[in-house]
Amino acid sequence: MFDYSPAPESKDLVKFQASYGHFIGGKFTKPANTFSTINPATEQVLAEVSHGTAKDVDSAVKAARTAYEKTWSKLNGATRGKYLYRIARIIQERSRELAVAETLNNGKPIKETRDVDIPLVASWFFYYAGWADKLDYAGLGANPRAHGVVSQIVPWNFPLMMLAWKIAPALAAGNTVVLKPAETTPLTALLFAEICQQAELPDGVVNIVTGYGDTGAMMVGHPDVNKIAFTGSTDVGRIIAKQIAGTDKKATLELGGKAANIVFEDAALDQAVEGIVNGIFFNQGHVCCAGSRLLVQESVQDVVIKKLKARMENIRLGDPMDKNTDIGAINSKEQLTKIDRLVKQGVKEGGEAWAPSCVIPKNGFWYAPTIITGVSPANTVVREEIFGPVLSVMTFRTPAEAVAKANNSQYGLSAGVWSEKGSRILKMADQLNAGVVWANTFNQFDPASPFGGFKESGYGREGGRHGLLSYLKGSN
Amino acid sequence: MPTIDPEAVVGSRITNQSLSRWLHSLPGVDKVGLEARTASLGTRSIKTASKAWALDMAIQMMDLTTLEGADTKERVRSLCLKAITPDPTDLTTPQPAAICVYGDMVKHAKEALGKNKIHVAAVATAFPSGRASLPVKIADTKDAVNAGADEIDMVIDRGAFLSGNYLEVYKQILAVKAACLRKDGTRAHLKVILETGELETYDNIRRASYLAMLAGPDFIKTSTGKVSVNATLPITLLMLQAVKDWFDQTKIQIGVKPAGGIRTAKDAIKYLVVVKETAGEEWLTPKYFRFGASSLLNDVLMQRQKLTTGHYSGRDYVSVD
Repeated sequence: MFDYSPAPESKDLVKFQASYGHFIGGKFTKPANTFSTINPATEQVLAEVSHGTAKDVDSAVKAARTAYEKTWSKLNGATRGKYLYRIARIIQERSRELAVAETLNNGKPIKETRDVDIPLVASWFFYYAGWADKLDYAGLGANPRAHGVVSQIVPWNFPLMMLAWKIAPALAAGNTVVLKPAETTPLTALLFAEICQQAELPDGVVNIVTGYGDTGAMMVGHPDVNKIAFTGSTDVGRIIAKQIAGTDKKATLELGGKAANIVFEDAALDQAVEGIVNGIFFNQGHVCCAGSRLLVQESVQDVVIKKLKARMENIRLGDPMDKNTDIGAINSKEQLTKIDRLVKQGVKEGGEAWAPSCVIPKNGFWYAPTIITGVSPANTVVREEIFGPVLSVMTFRTPAEAVAKANNSQYGLSAGVWSEKGSRILKMADQLNAGVVWANTFNQFDPASPFGGFKESGYGREGGRHGLLSYLKGSN
Repeated sequence: MPTIDPEAVVGSRITNQSLSRWLHSLPGVDKVGLEARTASLGTRSIKTASKAWALDMAIQMMDLTTLEGADTKERVRSLCLKAITPDPTDLTTPQPAAICVYGDMVKHAKEALGKNKIHVAAVATAFPSGRASLPVKIADTKDAVNAGADEIDMVIDRGAFLSGNYLEVYKQILAVKAACLRKDGTRAHLKVILETGELETYDNIRRASYLAMLAGPDFIKTSTGKVSVNATLPITLLMLQAVKDWFDQTKIQIGVKPAGGIRTAKDAIKYLVVVKETAGEEWLTPKYFRFGASSLLNDVLMQRQKLTTGHYSGRDYVSVD
């Protein structure tokens, strides 16, 4: 038997402080109202972080306002770009440390933080650094202007990557920011604060406030904030939209999804199976654009499901720090409970759940990769975002039926099409009501490509020139 | 040994038309996806006990090869002695599966190996181009089998394949397989070289794999080692997928042999990872997976020494061959 021996990455590559305050005006405040942040794979405490109060939020917004007025808005684009390039290079230099930190705090495999998250974080800063002195060409006329102070709230599924998606374009466009990482994954944002110090970014341009949803609500409600950028659940997105209604605050909301991954009979089936696996099991399925609804043409249903199950037997679930782990820990007990509840609901409604034989570790939060067959668009597991490694499988007979089923969702973030026929792919892409349509691939991200959804998946775009526009206003 | 009914597999009497229809109905291969999957398997980290296991398995799967115009009896003998005792400083080192030579060298190899269980494989059928008439190819094969070859590595007629004459390719493989029969009723093992570098597309490689498998060989093999693109990891993954699917369909297990360009222990381990995670553990045996290689052995030996002694030796601590 060819068993892979343990190949753990070293935990010593990162050294967390025992407790952290907020990062306001270029300095860390004294830790106060602290709560523990843990490693979801072991449930061990990694550090204590502070729960931001109204006073903390106010001083962070003040610091951002001062930095905006006194420094950041006075610098030319090339100089802002210089800081962003500097941050990008430091991220590359500290990439191993950041990957380890992210894996410890989030539970996702080191393979993914090392090969996906952190390289994308650096590439986002490099990409937007290049825009900083070219804003006149963004399509908003000569001399577009920044909004001012931006409140940014990011989720726990890609903690540092979501931070990069928010901070890089905001700074390139000339805004200053107050950012709150998710309560379960604050540590890489705090390491990023150190990177801002290391890059000698002017004080107050980036402020990090940690805490729970109430802290986020204060950041949204603060009267001196000009724009809100939020990525997270549709429920919270709705609250934010209500909270800012009637004010002149701008907002971009990147919310939930329930993407259809559509496999036609003429697809390259082996690669389609890889795409299904990557679409739903990447990052434990904690991905808003995850391909959580498989639509497979009836004529190839049996072979696809057979190959998918065989492939899933090879998925390695376990210690996220092991370099050979494919599926790590679920980020929190709360999320695990939600996944479990939804799958049980799916089975109750007549679905058949199947998971490969894998050993679930004793401590920490885990969920085996699961597929649910025998479900229809009327079932809960097909309609609700599970945000876990759970795939609902349905079939279709014709392209029109595939489109109808794919679009029958409250969400519209992403979709995938698998076919060797180019014309079919283009027609499907045209008809699918999704912000991103991947063809013969899934879950590919690039800073030059805009990303965002329709319907309850939110509004505004991140990435590319479109992502820049959310942080600028025209000169009219 | 179980056999298949080719007509049942193809679903019709075997004609060029039916073969063509069958092969072109196979699912396509997406290049980007296949190469991405291979790259991702390439990041597996194989350490300590699993590395030691993999290195020993890689040696046992090796067809230690010399295929040069300049081959002599002495050169072949020296290679055979190396196969018998790969590492004189560590007698626990396993032996390779076979020595792979040109047909006229088979007798020298047999003589040098004596009663040792290491096989002798001979390339045949106008290797490497395959450009000769069928009677010449059959004579070439019979000559090697009569000289004592345990295994025959034949090449397919790529010209016929690329011009759509699948029936010709199929018939030639059947004829060569028949020529592998010995007088005592036993048969030399047959490996069919697709020369994937000349077929160029992954779709072609999948079709050639199926066409070869229909003729019932023991192995399908990537390359001769004589063209610019030889074995690659994505090609090997694709062929492993083909033998796996073939087994699921027919219950006949066929082996895969990548050959040419595999030079480092690190590469060999990547291949073993691809075997495990594509075809499965059932293929992790010299019976169903081989490496066609020459310089690979020394690199594996050096890595093996490093694992036992804790430090790297150097090229002068393993024998030249």
